[in-house]
Amino acid sequence: MVLAMHMSDGLVNAPTAAAFGLIAVIGLALAVSRARADLDDRTAPMAGLVTAFVFAVQMINFPILPGASGHLLGGALVAILVGPWVGSLCIAIVLAVQALLFADGGLTALGTNVVNMALVGVFVGYGVAVAMRGLARRSRAGLLATAFVAALVNTVVAAMVFVLQYAIGGDGVTSIGTVFGLMVGLHLLIGIGEGVITAATVGAVASVRPDLVHLLRGAPPSLELRGTGGAAAGSAT
Amino acid sequence: MGAGHAHPLYRPGTSPVHRLPSEVKIVAAFLGVVCVVATPREAFPVFGGYLLLLGAVWAVAGIPVGWIARRSLIEAPFVVLAVLLPFTGAEPRVEWLGLSLSEPGLLTAWNILIKGTLGVLTSLTLASTTPLRDLLLGLQRLHAPSLVVTIATLMLRYIDVIAAEALRMRLARISRGHDPRFLWQAGATARGVGALFVRSYERGERVHLAMLSRGWVGEMPRLSDATTTGRHWAIGLAPVGVALALAVTGWIIT
Repeated sequence: MVLAMHMSDGLVNAPTAAAFGLIAVIGLALAVSRARADLDDRTAPMAGLVTAFVFAVQMINFPILPGASGHLLGGALVAILVGPWVGSLCIAIVLAVQALLFADGGLTALGTNVVNMALVGVFVGYGVAVAMRGLARRSRAGLLATAFVAALVNTVVAAMVFVLQYAIGGDGVTSIGTVFGLMVGLHLLIGIGEGVITAATVGAVASVRPDLVHLLRGAPPSLELRGTGGAAAGSAT
Repeated sequence: MGAGHAHPLYRPGTSPVHRLPSEVKIVAAFLGVVCVVATPREAFPVFGGYLLLLGAVWAVAGIPVGWIARRSLIEAPFVVLAVLLPFTGAEPRVEWLGLSLSEPGLLTAWNILIKGTLGVLTSLTLASTTPLRDLLLGLQRLHAPSLVVTIATLMLRYIDVIAAEALRMRLARISRGHDPRFLWQAGATARGVGALFVRSYERGERVHLAMLSRGWVGEMPRLSDATTTGRHWAIGLAPVGVALALAVTGWIIT
């Protein structure tokens, strides 16, 4: 599903690549320090395993139509599950490993790729999810809707940032309007797929270990008393 | 490292390129691609020079050209984008085999194709001559934040475990008759991904406790005591010097 998003070398010119590389470095430095605050001394092993999870998820193929399948990008998914700081760090490390070990995404395009997917992707997804947190905490359907919208918006906005980078540093023969229409239209479709799968995945985690869903943290479920009479059941323990 | 810790693009070997310290190779590959990206697109012969330079490195490293060529197909999605440009680009247009193609569109497509291809070829050269452990050591020596290197180390140690877990889940689904064709049938796979997350997270908690009980103090032990000398840098950066000369030539002839 993300075929069109790993930018290669030469798609944008050198100064643009350098500028976005700088933004990526600053963003990641911030993410490193905030991720430590989120996970304390468990940071390295937990983030390491979540990163391995993201990597494995990108190898799992989902059906779209007969003959066509795609894989999850996972930006909104990790933002909702582990929070934006650890999430963006994980996605950035996945991108760096893909560039260095798998020749997937150019070395000079690493900065632009990190900005699109690890910073913009994860934080837009998280922003949408936080804006809809009230709905997400109310019911399971609300949580699924939140995850769907977060993943959809995150995919489309990441594509828009790519168009912005292309407008700044591409060699602009094709009108930006055409590129915008093509990329945003394509990623609207990709985003629907990403949204459906993200929602189903978040729903599955929330039904087994709701305490692991970062978005739902800080809202302990109200104590449910089950029994014949509320007062009697309460005092029986 | 034993079996299971080698990445799929690595070709074991003892050539001078393999023996070069990995931080030298990472810097050389990065600077080489910077030279390629900075070359003006009209300097056609210069790009041939870059290919010859890469060919020389492959000859020294003992990598067959066919092996590299097959793996460079990873770039294919961008070729699709590049193919569209000559048809959608601006005036003036040229006639070719009865097709009306945009001249600036053709130039842009060429630019994306050649620079993207050279980038992929450079990355493949780095990946095929550098084992995982060396790559991490190189990042450590290049002063990447130690937390990032540690996370990357643990991720690469556990990726095979997590991927094997995902594969077992898939086999379990298939052996129970799971054959999804449409997006709305993806529920079982997505629930599997949810379970995979819970298992990865809980494994992380166990790994953390295991590390603590073995004396983890927040730093990975140093992976190697070998030192990098100025000679290593001189050897590794020699191809970059050639690339820089090519880039400058490109600027002069256009």
